[in-house]
Amino acid sequence: MPEVAVAVRELTLGEAVREAIAEELRRDPRVTLLGEDVAEAGTAFKVLSGLVKEFGPERVLDTPISEAGFTGIGVGAAMAGMRPIVDIMFGDFVGLIMDQMMNQAAKVHYMSGGKWKVPMVLRTTLGATRRSAAQHSQSLHAWFCHIPGLKVVLPSTPYDAKGLLKSAVRDDNPVIFYEDKMMYKLKGPVPEEDYTIPLGVADVKREGEDLTIVATSSMVQVALGAAKLLEEYDISAEVVDPRTLWPLDEQTLVGSAKKTSRVMVVDEGYERYGVTAEIAALIQERAFFDLEGPVKRMGAMHVPIPFSPPLEDATVPTEQSVFEAARVLCGK
Amino acid sequence: MTTAVNPSKNDSLTTNPEQCLRMHRSMLRIRHFEYQVNDLYTRALMPGLAHLYIGEEAVAVGVCEALRSDDYITSTHRGHGHCLAKGAKIDRMFAELLGKEAGYCKGKGGSMHIADPDTGNLGANAIVGGSAGIATGAAFAAKRLGNGRVTVCFFGEGALGQGVLYEVMNMAALWKLPIVYLCENNMYNEYTHYSETTAGDILTRAKGFGVHPESVDGQDVRAVYGAAHALVERARKGDGPAFLLANTYRYTGHHVGDVSRDYYRSKQEEQTWKTERDPIRLMADWMIAQKLADRARLDQMEAEVKSEVEQAVQFAVAAPYPSADKVEQDVYA
Repeated sequence: MPEVAVAVRELTLGEAVREAIAEELRRDPRVTLLGEDVAEAGTAFKVLSGLVKEFGPERVLDTPISEAGFTGIGVGAAMAGMRPIVDIMFGDFVGLIMDQMMNQAAKVHYMSGGKWKVPMVLRTTLGATRRSAAQHSQSLHAWFCHIPGLKVVLPSTPYDAKGLLKSAVRDDNPVIFYEDKMMYKLKGPVPEEDYTIPLGVADVKREGEDLTIVATSSMVQVALGAAKLLEEYDISAEVVDPRTLWPLDEQTLVGSAKKTSRVMVVDEGYERYGVTAEIAALIQERAFFDLEGPVKRMGAMHVPIPFSPPLEDATVPTEQSVFEAARVLCGK
Repeated sequence: MTTAVNPSKNDSLTTNPEQCLRMHRSMLRIRHFEYQVNDLYTRALMPGLAHLYIGEEAVAVGVCEALRSDDYITSTHRGHGHCLAKGAKIDRMFAELLGKEAGYCKGKGGSMHIADPDTGNLGANAIVGGSAGIATGAAFAAKRLGNGRVTVCFFGEGALGQGVLYEVMNMAALWKLPIVYLCENNMYNEYTHYSETTAGDILTRAKGFGVHPESVDGQDVRAVYGAAHALVERARKGDGPAFLLANTYRYTGHHVGDVSRDYYRSKQEEQTWKTERDPIRLMADWMIAQKLADRARLDQMEAEVKSEVEQAVQFAVAAPYPSADKVEQDVYA
């Protein structure tokens, strides 16, 4: 983690997101929030509470329940000189907006030979275990990673959330910013001042020698917990958070793999054809001869997320399952 | 069956000779552009396909005549006419259609994706109804930024089947956005007559959202200009969105390769439109009757346009392709 000033205050991840947005709204009059219940309600997760009071309903704008429509409006507004932040409450709803993102936002710059830009941020959520069942629990960020022209950001700490979100707002491309809805209450140090974290720079959350755990978003805390358990078995795990899936800091991931020679990749999205597959392939292509064995992948099971708690808990990687898999990987 | 509308008898329409001649020239330019596109296709000089605008010229020309150069348009897969009428240069249009570096999009967009910030063209769109969100967003930005720009969202009647259109019309009305939804009803959703796909009344749909609805004879360029001008200025003034239904006809197939059309419409129907409802002929006859121009002058104008278009084709054919190393350029800004 980058060095931060001593004795910084702590914020929750939700508060860090709100602070980043408030600062960007203050800094740049072109920034505007659009989404369902973003104003008085401050979103279903209360992340944006209070913003409408400071910035007014013109800049913090409640929309109808028309995800495709207001996402498309975000794309056009971005092309015509604004910097919209579009809020899609649950990541599962991205099915409704896909044409706007993958055929419109992602392609405008390329198709126009670089003449039109789409400087917009799409904020949405991922994460299971909230007992919200199959249509409110998915982690579908891999969908966007598949499309050239989009950037995909997944913060795992309050510090990263603030710095990455500010970079996303200032980026001239469409950026999808994923927040883990189960991590909104996670606390961590967040400097009060303006700072940004560049997109495309991974962060080593914990240094280690024997094993690299590449983990994203919700899985970073899981990996850190597993790393702690592994200490008892004398396994020193390095936890690397790519922070952005595109652009992807290949160098840091491959470098860590070469250093430790054992790698597992943990991500809450579906394992099949997902983020873990891409990162595992990258590492095997670039670090094959430095590896002790195959890269281990852990993601969500290939099932719709079930409602019943014991069933739902079985679908995603946990501290315990990552710990156990890591021991197997290290032969201990 | 054909629903030909009688030529407009409205005396309040423009009789400004300069404007009438300008609109006439613009329609001729589109038509001869499209003739050349078809020719390039049949001579295998153009990669892929193109969707011709022949027969519908009065709509693009009449609407764009009502726009400022910094007003926005979004266009469709059948978009050459919109782009040209909004001010695109013919040579760079052809270059784009041929995939050349000198094209509006450096050859990366092609026929269905011409875009040009200099003429307010947010882009043609190959997803039917795909630009409804972008157009409404541009109107949203114009209102917020207070720059007085109006957006025209061109789409065909096929886009009436897309739900996103109704989502954004709802928001445009709620927020009183400066936009005109311009529905070109050329009567065919690709290869299917619109009556087989469109329930109820088209204008009632707009009206239901509080979007001001009007219709116009899309073969009468003066009528289109008159209607568009009123709605554009209404939007500019802050009176909110409008929906203009322009009734028109696509002379040729869905695309240049659609040459056997008997299974979805008759030759007789096509012939009737071409002989009785041709927008260029109607305008020429009217100007001659009004003594705004004589036949010789209009013939000369057409010869000039033909030569201009032919030169542009030569430019585009001779222009170089982009080098392969450009393929990854422009993915990100």
